[in-house]
Amino acid sequence: MDYSKLISPAAQAMRPSGIRKFFDLAAEMKDCISLGVGEPDFKTPWRIRDAAIKSLQAGRTTYTANAGMKELRIEIANYMKRRFGLEYDALGEVLVTVGGSEAIDLCIRSLVAPGDEVIIPEPCFVCYQPITTLTGGVPVPVALRAEDEFRLTPEALKAAITPRTKLLILPFPSNPTGAVMEREDLEAIAEVLRDTNIIVLSDEIYAELNYGANRHVSIASLPGMWERTVVVNGFSKAFAMTGWRMGYACGPKPLIQVMTKLHQNCIMCAPTISQYAAIVAMRECDEEIEEMRQEYDMRRRFLVRRLNEMGLHCFEPKGAFYVFPSIQSTGMTSEEFCEKLLYAKQVAVVPGTAFGDCGEGFVRISYAYSVKHLEQALERIGAFLKECQS
Amino acid sequence: MEQLLKVLERNARLSLEDLAAMTGQSVQQVAKALDEYQQEGVIRGYHALIDWEKVCSDRVQAFIELRVRPKKSHGFDEIATAISQFPEVESVTLMSGGYDLQLVITGHSFQEIALFVAKRLSPMDDVLSTATHFVLRTYKKDGVIYGGEEKDEREWATL
Repeated sequence: MDYSKLISPAAQAMRPSGIRKFFDLAAEMKDCISLGVGEPDFKTPWRIRDAAIKSLQAGRTTYTANAGMKELRIEIANYMKRRFGLEYDALGEVLVTVGGSEAIDLCIRSLVAPGDEVIIPEPCFVCYQPITTLTGGVPVPVALRAEDEFRLTPEALKAAITPRTKLLILPFPSNPTGAVMEREDLEAIAEVLRDTNIIVLSDEIYAELNYGANRHVSIASLPGMWERTVVVNGFSKAFAMTGWRMGYACGPKPLIQVMTKLHQNCIMCAPTISQYAAIVAMRECDEEIEEMRQEYDMRRRFLVRRLNEMGLHCFEPKGAFYVFPSIQSTGMTSEEFCEKLLYAKQVAVVPGTAFGDCGEGFVRISYAYSVKHLEQALERIGAFLKECQS
Repeated sequence: MEQLLKVLERNARLSLEDLAAMTGQSVQQVAKALDEYQQEGVIRGYHALIDWEKVCSDRVQAFIELRVRPKKSHGFDEIATAISQFPEVESVTLMSGGYDLQLVITGHSFQEIALFVAKRLSPMDDVLSTATHFVLRTYKKDGVIYGGEEKDEREWATL
């Protein structure tokens, strides 16, 4: 059978991950040190795992309400208020999803009609562009610049807006750059958006992992922005719960209702066992997540110092768990650098170009690893750089 | 500066520059704090954590529970200090509960440790009774998992 004739053109046109092969190679390699993964190295705090076990023991194995358990939605609404000063009605403005990823998918599909433009600041997480294209929308990438510390500027945003602009993706703290948007940065963006009908999809999955002097600010908390923002967040990063697939979206009722309708048809409801675990995560785990945050912060400082010392210049990333150093001093392209480093020293880092064309000249290094592991990898990278110079 | 101690407890071999970066202090501040900690006896030493089971088979460790008669004037200090003098004794701690002192002793064989207990410890004036427990296997020590290496099971799911 010729499947290629059967598969829909839209699905066929979706670009396969360009660096998949590279990852497979790294995975096969013996003695390879990876700095590549985008998930915490911590185990989910025990009391969260225990809550899941207890829910199974009690036989709670049925579906939940489509939008998620009421008890969990109330906890999420409380959390949004407590942490970010955001008010949401638990029973109409909160939707529990299968990871933040599903919330992103639902939000884009609920809003974007064929021909609508979606502004995507790059380098960024990889899913926004393909989902936009799949709905018939037009991705409009905005290249963020190292000299702006990879923040979105109001000028760059203004230049990208057209009458067809429907949605702005605002993914901060950023994967892959570690950049954050401070309150004044967001204020400048909000100023551009207030007179428009553009909706913001604020992907705040790394909100808890913020190492600056100020805590994370959500754009939805700025005057006039609540009604034009869908906040996407989840449990994966802050609570070390990637495998549980627990995310959520909060926003104005008409939008959340439509997203719930899509969710109901595609997914039914988020996994019940994970929802029970998530309730305990929100209620009882502030201390655990703060401890993890401090550990990441310590590794971050360690890594930034060492990389700058060995000549891979990087600005100080204030969020997530990534450092995004420039490799331009080596004269290599990002892919060349990563490939050579992998073959010569068996260290895997991700080329910046995997996150958009403007990631050229940079690589992403994750610090979701122990200091010991980071140290070993840095030693090899240091040796690699010396060999490149000679 | 307690943060410095926390970092150091798990990363004792890092340079002053690294420690300073990780704790957000200057190199001078960290150097000064380390000096003070050492003078005050807050930092008692730096050790390698060795899994001896992997290196040699003639190494035996035992935990010994000791019930002792406390002295009116010195409580447990006198006997505990006396026992601490034996080079075979690795650690001495005063415990709550069913016995008083817990010792950790390392030797070359079960017999060697048994003899030490019988000939040196038990005859001491204030020792009322001993109970010796030999260590069969270490699974975790000082926060580090022994035996099977912890494997990174994370896969390249996504970016």
